[in-house]
Amino acid sequence: MELYTFLRATADSWGLLFMFLVFVGIGLWAFRPGSKKTHEDIASSIFRNEDRPAGDPADPRNSQRTEA
Amino acid sequence: MWDYVKLIALGLIAVLAAIAANFARDLAYQINAITVMLAAAITFVVVLRGVGEPKVINKNEYMDGVVRAGVIATAFWGIVGFLIGVVIASQLAWPWLNFEFLQGVGNFGRLRPLHTSAVIFAFCGNALICTAFYVVQRTCATRLWGGNLAWFVFWGWQLIIVLAATSYVFGASQAKEYAEMPWHVDILITVVWVAFLAVYAGTVMKRKEPHIYVANWFYLGFIITIAMLHIVNNMAVPVSIFGSTSIQVTGGVQDAMIQWWYGHNAVGFFLTAGFLGMMYYFVPKQAERPVYSYKLSIIHFWALIFLYIWAGPHHLHYTALPEWASTLGMVFSIILWMPSWGGMINGLMTLSGAWDKLRTDPVLRMMVVAIGFYGMATFEGPMMSIKAVNSLSHYTDWTIGHVHSGALGWNGLITFGALYYLVPKLWNRERLYSLALVSWHFWLATIGIVLYASALWVSGIMEGLMWREVDANGFLVNAFADTVGAKYPMNVVRVLGGLLYMSGALIMCWNLWMTVRGQEAKAPVNANNAIPAE
Repeated sequence: MELYTFLRATADSWGLLFMFLVFVGIGLWAFRPGSKKTHEDIASSIFRNEDRPAGDPADPRNSQRTEA
Repeated sequence: MWDYVKLIALGLIAVLAAIAANFARDLAYQINAITVMLAAAITFVVVLRGVGEPKVINKNEYMDGVVRAGVIATAFWGIVGFLIGVVIASQLAWPWLNFEFLQGVGNFGRLRPLHTSAVIFAFCGNALICTAFYVVQRTCATRLWGGNLAWFVFWGWQLIIVLAATSYVFGASQAKEYAEMPWHVDILITVVWVAFLAVYAGTVMKRKEPHIYVANWFYLGFIITIAMLHIVNNMAVPVSIFGSTSIQVTGGVQDAMIQWWYGHNAVGFFLTAGFLGMMYYFVPKQAERPVYSYKLSIIHFWALIFLYIWAGPHHLHYTALPEWASTLGMVFSIILWMPSWGGMINGLMTLSGAWDKLRTDPVLRMMVVAIGFYGMATFEGPMMSIKAVNSLSHYTDWTIGHVHSGALGWNGLITFGALYYLVPKLWNRERLYSLALVSWHFWLATIGIVLYASALWVSGIMEGLMWREVDANGFLVNAFADTVGAKYPMNVVRVLGGLLYMSGALIMCWNLWMTVRGQEAKAPVNANNAIPAE
């Protein structure tokens, strides 16, 4: 088989199926049970560490700041 | 030791650039070589003056100096890009503005790529680089990786902008849309872009937060994809290493397909994915509430990544491109409507429960209208990719109107919103100088975009209809010049829209300038990175 024909046939059969399944898998993974708490934590991470990098937690200056 | 390596490298670059300038086969190349020589010489002096001085890196501080410089560059290049846009729009309306004495330098053909590159790569590019550096540090809770590499990215990018701009004006161009830069500039872009990727990925890798916030996914997707697109689309063999002309490796329809695979994904990843990263950080921050649905943002990201890359062929409907490829491009463009609107809904709904803020906060209003324009442009785009619609819209002003409602509405307004958010934070000021001026900016920009977009809808559809109009015997009714004449009123409205948009941006610059100059800093701005901007 010609390389072009091979690539062309793979792209619209197995390649397409593979990518579609990966995408569906990612979607299912996002909706897995117990993901809600993790996602809430990530979504609110932008309200931490506004002014300086997170450092040694023992240092009070580095305690994570939260905004209203 | 490292300083001496830098000095030797810079000295070598300066000498080689001088040799290249001497042997240059064309003016654009010669001017580029002289520019590189001067840039290397200036950097040499800067490095030389710092030799032996202790390098203090405060790990307890974010590296904000480079972000501040990026904010200034964004505002500056924005004004430059808008100004050139107004100039070339005027040249279209009043062709005598292509002055005889400027032929070959300042006529429409030379200035048009200057405008597109200035707004895309200079204005949007600087906005992307500086917000990426700001956001990645905050969301990863760590200082930028790589020390001064971030400064190399910043100054390298400014050098690229200057080289590209001068090469267009003096006649060097690859004749590929949004990739007009000659081969030697393409090489520099690759180097700077890899450094950008290294700084970004390095920072993400040493993050203190356990998870990678979604904005970083979008930024990283943008950086990696642009690297891939840039390299593939610019596979070219220079005719001489002392000249700016090069020959593409691929030819004919393959080259056209690669070009629009690049071109559409420059829109998809440079102007969409990167800016969505901005949206996912700055909108929640300005609204002071987390993003509406984090799950939706994950789906949004992956759907965009999986779909966008296939949409390019819709730029080549009814050409030598195989029918199946063109249909594939169309189908994927239409499917793309779903993730785009998912993202828009996610951005807008972040305000749910806080809609009242729109009344009091013009910055948030600007961001929300930007998301609205994103939704509009991503509805219009798939529609125009349908072959039947495209047969009317292609090659007309409608396309340009579409691009501008996306670029002015989405990219411009979200960038302005980010700048209004960033300046008080970066310079440690209490608040913006004037919210009333932000409102002025908002209305000038919005009215400007509406005028621009509606003028080009009318103009484009009229043009398309006139081109295809045939009489009873099947002869074309209109000559091309007839359509040019008929577009005059719309071209004037287009200039007006651009002028309004630019005056809004000028008001913003004044407002940001006074925010920094007009009030005292609350506390010292990160001392380590102080730059002479105040």
